[in-house]
Amino acid sequence: MKKDNTVKILLAIFLVLFSVNIFAQDHGVEHVGNAESEAHQGPGAIDTKEEVADYIDHHLQDSHYFNFFSDGSIGEHYGFPLPVILWDSGLKVFSSSKFHHGEEVANVDGNYYMLHHNKIYKTNAEGAVTYDEDEHVANEKPLDFSITKNVLAMLFVSFLMFFVFKGLASSYKNKDIPTGFGRVLEPLVLYVRDDIAKPNIGPKYRKYMGFLLTVFFFILILNLFGLTPLGINVTGNIAVTFCLALATFFIVQFSGNKHYWKHIFWMPGVPIPMKIVLMPIEILGMLTKPFALMIRLFANMTAGHVVVMSLLGLIVIFQNWIAGPAFFGFTLFISIIELLVAFLQAYIFTLLSALYIGMAVEDHDHHPNDHSDDIPVI
Amino acid sequence: MEVMDVSLIGKGLIIIGAGVGLGMIGGRAMEAIARQPEAAGKIQTAMIIVAALLEGVAFAALFA
Repeated sequence: MKKDNTVKILLAIFLVLFSVNIFAQDHGVEHVGNAESEAHQGPGAIDTKEEVADYIDHHLQDSHYFNFFSDGSIGEHYGFPLPVILWDSGLKVFSSSKFHHGEEVANVDGNYYMLHHNKIYKTNAEGAVTYDEDEHVANEKPLDFSITKNVLAMLFVSFLMFFVFKGLASSYKNKDIPTGFGRVLEPLVLYVRDDIAKPNIGPKYRKYMGFLLTVFFFILILNLFGLTPLGINVTGNIAVTFCLALATFFIVQFSGNKHYWKHIFWMPGVPIPMKIVLMPIEILGMLTKPFALMIRLFANMTAGHVVVMSLLGLIVIFQNWIAGPAFFGFTLFISIIELLVAFLQAYIFTLLSALYIGMAVEDHDHHPNDHSDDIPVI
Repeated sequence: MEVMDVSLIGKGLIIIGAGVGLGMIGGRAMEAIARQPEAAGKIQTAMIIVAALLEGVAFAALFA
C-alpha cells in the first residue's frame, strides 16, 4: 500500500513539474506578445514572430542576469543579477544590475562598460558603439570571468554532486545497501561500471571510473536542469561541451599505450606506402573523435530546446482555441522525448569516451597477428 | 527577386540521408532482435552507438 502511494506522489510531482515548465516558458512569451500588440502604434514595431525568435535566442544564450520571467508590457524582469568579474588592466568586480538589462552603461572606477548581445564591451560615458566593415562590434573587449547563469548552474550541480555522492559513499561504511536517495544513484553507478566501462575498456577500467561517472552525472543533471523552468541551457553551450570533449581527448592521449601510438604513426600489417597515407588520416581521426563528441552533445541539446520553445511560440503566433491545446500537447510530447534524450546523450557521451579510452589502452599481446577482434576504428 | 540560400538544399539532402540511415539501422536491429531475442541487449548497445555516430555527422553538417 505504501509503495503505491510513493509511485502516485512521484507521478504527481512529475506532472506538476511539467506543467510549471510549460507555464513559466509560456508566461514569458505571452507577455512579449502583449507588449508587441501595445507597441504596434509606432513605426518599426516588431511583429510577434520576431519577438518569439528573439525570446528563443535569449533562452539559448548565456546571460549575466538570472531571469525567471519577464513582463514585456511594463518592461519588468523578475530574477536576480549575477556578479560580473572582468580583467581589464586590473580586476573589476561589480553587480550586473549596473547594466539595467543592457539599457545603461556601467561606470566602474572611471571605466565604462556596456552589454551588447550578452557580451561585455568597453565604451565611453555615452555608450558609443563602433562597427567594423563586417558590422561586428569593434569596441575593445575585456576578459570576462563573470559568474554567468551557466557558470552558476555548473557550480550548483558540482556542489550537488559532491554532497550527494559523498553521502552515498559514506552510507556504505555502516550498511551494505545505501539509504534514501542513494538507492536511486546506486543502480546508475553500477550501470556505468558494468555496461559502459567494463565491456569497453577492459580489465583496466577502474582507473577511468572517476572520469566516466563524473561526466555521466554532470551531463545528465545539467540536461535535466535544462528541462526545468529555470531556463538554463548549459549542455547546449558549445564552450561547455568543448571542455568536456577536451577532457576526453587528453585522457585518451595520455593513457595511450605503445600499440595505440604505433597504430597512429606506423600502422602494422600494411605496405609502406599505405603506412604513409594512413598516418595523416589517423592523426585527423584522433582529433575528429572529440570534435564529434562536442558537436553531438551541443547540437542535440540546442535542437531540443529550440523545438520545445518553437512549439510554445506557435501558440502565441496562432492565438486561437484550436492551436493552443494542440501545441500544448505537442510540447508535452516533445518534453517527454527530451527527458529520454537527456539520459541518452549522457549515456552516449560516456559510452563513446569509454570506447575511445578502451581503444587507447587495449592490449594487443594476446593476438599479435590477428586483428579481426579489434574494436573497429570509428 | 530574393536570392535563395542554396546550402538549405544540401541540408535537406543531409536530413534525408540521415533519416534513411537511421531507418536502416533501426530496421536491421529489429530484425536481428527478432532472430535472436536473447542478444537484444548487445544489439541495442551497438545500434545506439552507430545511430549516435550517424547523428553526429548529420549535426556537424547542419551546423557547419
